[in-house]
Amino acid sequence: MARDVNESLARVFGLSAEEYARVLDIMGRTPSLTELGVFSVMWSEHCSYKSSRVWLKLLPTTAPWVILGPGENAGVVDIGDGLAAIFKMESHNHPSFIEPYQGAATGVGGILRDVFTMGARPVANLNALRFGDPALPRTRRTIDGVVRGIGGYGNCVGVPTVGGEINFHPSYNGNPLVNAMTVGIAPADRIFLSAAAGVGNPVVYVGSKTGRDGIHGATMASAEFGQDSEEKRPTVQVGDPFVEKLLIEACLELMATDAIVAIQDMGAAGLTSSSVEMAGKGDVGIVLDLDAVPQRETGMSAYEMMLSESQERMLIVLRPDRQEVARAIFAKWELDFAVIGHLTDTGRIVVTHRGVVEADIPLAPLAEQAPLYHRPTVDTPQPAPLGEVADPVGLEAALLRLLGCPDLCSRAWVWDQYDSTVGGQTVRRPGAADAAIVRIEGSRRALALTTDCTPRYCQADPEAGGAQAVAEAWRNITATGATPLAITDNMNFGNPEKPEIMGQFAAAIRGMAAACVALDFPVVSGNVSLYNETEGRPILPTPAIGGLGVLADAAASVGLALPRDCCLIVIGATVGHLGQSLWLREVAGREDGPPPPVDLAAERRNGDFVRREILAGRVRACHDASDGGLLLAVVEMALAGDVGAGLLPAPGGVASHAFWFGEDQGRYVLAVQDALAMLQAAAAAGVPALLLGVSGGKDLTLPTGDTISLARLRAVHEQALPSLMGG
Amino acid sequence: MKAGIVVFPGINRERDMAIALEAAAGHKPRMVWHHETDLAGLDLVVIPGGFSYGDYLRCGAMAAQSPVMGAIRAHAARGGHILGVCNGFQILTEAGLLPGALLRNASLRFLSMDCWLRVERADTDFARHYQPGAVFRSPMAHGDGNYFADDATLDRLEGEGLVAFRYVTQEGAVTPEANRNGSARNIAGLYSPNLRVLGLMPHPEDLVDPLMGGTDGKPLFDGLAAALAA
Amino acid sequence: MKAIVTVMLKTGVLDPQGKAIGQALHNLGFAGVGEVRAGKLIELELAETDPEAARAQAEEMARRLLANLVIESFRVEIAPLEIPG
Repeated sequence: MARDVNESLARVFGLSAEEYARVLDIMGRTPSLTELGVFSVMWSEHCSYKSSRVWLKLLPTTAPWVILGPGENAGVVDIGDGLAAIFKMESHNHPSFIEPYQGAATGVGGILRDVFTMGARPVANLNALRFGDPALPRTRRTIDGVVRGIGGYGNCVGVPTVGGEINFHPSYNGNPLVNAMTVGIAPADRIFLSAAAGVGNPVVYVGSKTGRDGIHGATMASAEFGQDSEEKRPTVQVGDPFVEKLLIEACLELMATDAIVAIQDMGAAGLTSSSVEMAGKGDVGIVLDLDAVPQRETGMSAYEMMLSESQERMLIVLRPDRQEVARAIFAKWELDFAVIGHLTDTGRIVVTHRGVVEADIPLAPLAEQAPLYHRPTVDTPQPAPLGEVADPVGLEAALLRLLGCPDLCSRAWVWDQYDSTVGGQTVRRPGAADAAIVRIEGSRRALALTTDCTPRYCQADPEAGGAQAVAEAWRNITATGATPLAITDNMNFGNPEKPEIMGQFAAAIRGMAAACVALDFPVVSGNVSLYNETEGRPILPTPAIGGLGVLADAAASVGLALPRDCCLIVIGATVGHLGQSLWLREVAGREDGPPPPVDLAAERRNGDFVRREILAGRVRACHDASDGGLLLAVVEMALAGDVGAGLLPAPGGVASHAFWFGEDQGRYVLAVQDALAMLQAAAAAGVPALLLGVSGGKDLTLPTGDTISLARLRAVHEQALPSLMGG
Repeated sequence: MKAGIVVFPGINRERDMAIALEAAAGHKPRMVWHHETDLAGLDLVVIPGGFSYGDYLRCGAMAAQSPVMGAIRAHAARGGHILGVCNGFQILTEAGLLPGALLRNASLRFLSMDCWLRVERADTDFARHYQPGAVFRSPMAHGDGNYFADDATLDRLEGEGLVAFRYVTQEGAVTPEANRNGSARNIAGLYSPNLRVLGLMPHPEDLVDPLMGGTDGKPLFDGLAAALAA
Repeated sequence: MKAIVTVMLKTGVLDPQGKAIGQALHNLGFAGVGEVRAGKLIELELAETDPEAARAQAEEMARRLLANLVIESFRVEIAPLEIPG
């Protein structure tokens, strides 16, 4: 393992010549291999956010209900009754391409640890997935593996998977996106942080043993895929959800005592990032004795142990007088527990192994002199206006085509593989409402949870697309009656060294920031995944948004299942925007035009009106009109309720296909019993409202008079994904 | 009713079960750690769902060898009531307290969805609050719920009336489509010969509150509480 | 000694995993594949140095834990322990 450390090795490790020069400057000597490893992972894009930090600062992160914004393992918001919701979304894109099952499984495991490390019991998982062309066998294998991996891990740890989203586009052929989100609940005054404190305090390692898993995962997550990705397979980590479950229970048991000073999971870059971040945040030093690290393999070097990404491990700084209490709890749960070091006042991380000092690095410069790039940006050109697009097939044929297309067909094949009910608190399961509703055990309160992003909008106009992603998350929470509180973001983009990619990133942030401000919906946590390219071809820009809202009374929420004998009313203006719509892509065979603009003032006004009406008990069902437009919204409601509907003709001035399939934003379809009262209330609130039709029977009657049975619609909707996946 | 819930490492539906039992009995059940060997004073021992020992080797195989199982066998031998749900059912078969075994679902996929169950007999302490032949809805969530026993065993179970619940359509028909995991003769749940031990794959404990979509599972727990009221 | 325990589903017990593997092989163009059965292989390092005693020990382990005799059968092979290195 004795390799000469020099600039060319540094380059292999992902450090530029300039970055390596900075390492030499900080160290005042040639670093050891282990030290080079520490610098390379801490200064990787994944850990340092060196390309994105300047832009992320533009996002609003505060509100009266925000307890902790970005900077800790996850964001924390006050949800009332003395409770806090702790949540974050994180990507595991690259590992999921190389080994879909384990990549997705360990993605779920990692985000769970980010949440319970702060003291929260995880109560819900969601995931935002993007796959390539589903006609390709490789895509189907990826989908199969990712779905099994998410289920295999989440089902075993006993955290319900309650929601998420799936999109398909050929840009993800060689680079699928797996963004996993976990939400947990903790007492608002019992949040655990990672800043180490107390010189002399023991540093304790708990969980699984360390092996040679995933070495350099963090740098892998910061590099483009090329032909050699297949050879990177051995670095993929393997998850053990059984140990994770024990770790959750043991940590929560320990957290009920006063033993913990600081705690952090060992995620990307394992022992390196956890020890460096804990000591760095606490302005202390740390000494690690690697001989004490529980090891699964023999003959591991210091470099390997410091960079291992073995899963299900945590680092804890304990009160010295509580060491035995802690040891007994981990013994009960049959987990490893080892004191591997202590805190010092030197401000340095010192790593020893077999009597040799393998690393000795000053922490402050490691953090403060981390690279920060103002990378050049080029704005995405504004798309040309779409102009008139004639309807080639008529409403019925277009509806059937859209209903069975990969982006709109039923996701039941996926949900049915995720345990969505464990915990006994799932009020609205996947597909039952615009956001999943999970009650807080022992309380009337409930959380409303969603993930959203429309990458084709972001590709055409990243700023409008960024705003739309935030607005749609807000809308989906609102459509259940919940009050939106905050978001977590997962920024998935291509190579930031390309100005046009960095331009997409910057524009998406601008759009998101504007929407967050207008909707009082701050960002409290997030993750950036760059270099999502295969052989130079980037993915669609995908700023995935995970939204969280709260309901004071879970019983007040509404779902999307259409009841009989109701009137259908759309709230929000319909001008029939077809640019970048799924109708345009799937029916007219075009992917052009600008995406629908988001009028943030109207968004707010419409949503606040809808929420008020839901909480007043005047709405029986509600669904936002998004992908596929009004007609898809109505049909999804009809299928969920197993109740038909009869629709009225489009109003004058809008072509029928544009009215029913246009994707104008800020709209909700409501099922109400008293249509007149609702229309009057909307008028009084200054909110556009229009009667679309009535519910009843077992058929959909189109304004043309054509009738389609629900059974036929259901067959098209529900059979598409299973037949793609071969049953 | 004095109920205890056995907690093996990796079990994850113990909280759901505790909520359902508390709602029926009016007080919290006792949580029994898998190292415990004394179940004295319990009327009902519940082995809940989850992934004991990660479902490694075989679902329930390692839990069936743990210290508490001796006490559970003794509880069964003295005529005590035992309810095993999902992983609990798998553990009961691995321990030999119920016959047969639960294999990988025929689809080879985890199945998380509602199913319809038909009450095959209502004259037991578990089913007394259901009507005989009643069909009720229950969530299920498992990867290995495909009940298997040899034909002679199946014939004996049928002959002795030990089939507790079958997977059926909403209308009550025994069909292959209703039998998503591929169980022999659509068997979803089984009794011991003395009708005091019940194992079933679905999760009635997750459907005991209207807010969660219904109360179809509640009669099972209310019936037990009534039968075992001190 | 080292004991290698092979656990297979008994003949007559449906093996959907084996069936799925067989179908996948067929789809990949492998002709002439008959029935496929999937099982488990468990390697045990045993302190016991006598092959017959080691076999007896492994068989007892298989009967008590490694196999479920309701659905599975097992086979034990004994080999010398490889000393690393």
